[in-house]
Amino acid sequence: MAATDITKITEKSNWQDITLGNQVYGAGTSKLFKTGEWRTQTPVFHSEKCKQCLLCVPVCPDSSIPVCEGKRDEFDLDHCKGCGICAKVCPFDAISMKEGQ
Amino acid sequence: MAIRERLSGNEAISYAIKQVNPDVMPAFPITPSTEIPQYVANYIANGEMDTEFIPVESEHSSMSATIGAQAAGARSLTATSSCGLALMWEELYVAASNRLPLALCLVNRALSGPININCDHSDSMGARDTGFIQIYAENNQEVYDNFVQAYRIAEHKDVMLPIMICQDGFITSHAVENIELLEDDKVKNFVGEYNPENYLLNADQPMAMGPYAVSNYYMETKMAQNTAMNNAKQVILDVGKEFGEMSGREYGFFEEYRLEDADYAMVMIGSAAGATKDAVDKLREQGMKVGLLKLRVFRPFPDEEIAMALKNCKVVAIMDRSECFRGKGGPLGAEIKAAIYDYAKDVKAFNLVYGLGGRDFTVEEAERIFNDLAAFDKDGAAFEEYRYVGLRG
Repeated sequence: MAATDITKITEKSNWQDITLGNQVYGAGTSKLFKTGEWRTQTPVFHSEKCKQCLLCVPVCPDSSIPVCEGKRDEFDLDHCKGCGICAKVCPFDAISMKEGQ
Repeated sequence: MAIRERLSGNEAISYAIKQVNPDVMPAFPITPSTEIPQYVANYIANGEMDTEFIPVESEHSSMSATIGAQAAGARSLTATSSCGLALMWEELYVAASNRLPLALCLVNRALSGPININCDHSDSMGARDTGFIQIYAENNQEVYDNFVQAYRIAEHKDVMLPIMICQDGFITSHAVENIELLEDDKVKNFVGEYNPENYLLNADQPMAMGPYAVSNYYMETKMAQNTAMNNAKQVILDVGKEFGEMSGREYGFFEEYRLEDADYAMVMIGSAAGATKDAVDKLREQGMKVGLLKLRVFRPFPDEEIAMALKNCKVVAIMDRSECFRGKGGPLGAEIKAAIYDYAKDVKAFNLVYGLGGRDFTVEEAERIFNDLAAFDKDGAAFEEYRYVGLRG
């Protein structure tokens, strides 16, 4: 039997449709769970100051700084929670934090 | 041909474990269950089984490792007693809510304090709300038989819940009795292989277990769990019947001992039923209509079935081997009185506490209780609503 498609389970699902023991089938499903709305501060990327040292990437607790062909991209604001570690670690002031979403 | 042997309760369940040959057994020693991992480790060392034995540093770890192994896809089990079960508390709920059909061999022992190593049911009764199936035994034969049936119940697709196979500390676990064992191949065929539909080590189908469930999911999850526990009732009966066809020893929710026409009955769990049966036989010879309901399955709780079995009795003594400090009796008393209220209102029931911390329960005490029930019924003699059996003072 194919495992239940997790994308079909929502906060409106009936108890009969919840997977056994809340098991989550499939890999990388946390992408579907948008946690960016928890944010009270938002990082702003200043690409003109960025030297592409990529120090910000590994320190991000939510993998919200995508890297494409060796260069960092814009923030993934669907999942960034605005912790500000990237702004703190950037040696070139290429990331600043602004209030709000 | 069945094999005639003489074994202690711990040896009996270890022998059943050897025959089932589960995949993983993490365990930590605690009296009186210590012998179970000891015997199993011996079997493994002697090459008689190939279960992966994991010595861990505590019971918190043994249940965690059992959960981990079961989640990975292995048929797993552990054993413990008393404070060991208490240290597993948090994990017991996790095993049940994650719907992992692992087995726990519990040797019932009083909880500290005061510190005491002897039998009562306070450990498993405290864990009655964890979501484990709980099956109890009167003697070594039942311990063995219950373990052989355990995985068939727990792993059934309508159930998928962890199971606790309980026996009385020292009285059952250490006393040697005659026992009839089944042949290895019979047990293997009966139990079968464990083929979980989803498990963590399945590289073809990645998955996650035990995620956080926000308020929008928690109640739905609990209802699914509760439904599974209700489903276990039919599965327990089916498996007990099938086991009977194989072994000649059929099992249900409880044993009714000369209960059918009894005016006065006792309800109890575990080894003390042996003494009560002797008292029943003695009093029956004197013409008293007395009987016993020995409860085997406490979770799921067969409330309607118990009430129906007791409905023609005049007065019933519900015997609790644990204290729950509600001020008016033990857990078995509370649940059976609720069942009587729903299904058999005319039955008068008293709740008695006996055998705490290994206090002996004798044939004479059982006789006295039956006589007191009769005196209350016939002569209107006072019967203390809630009493401790064999208490001094």
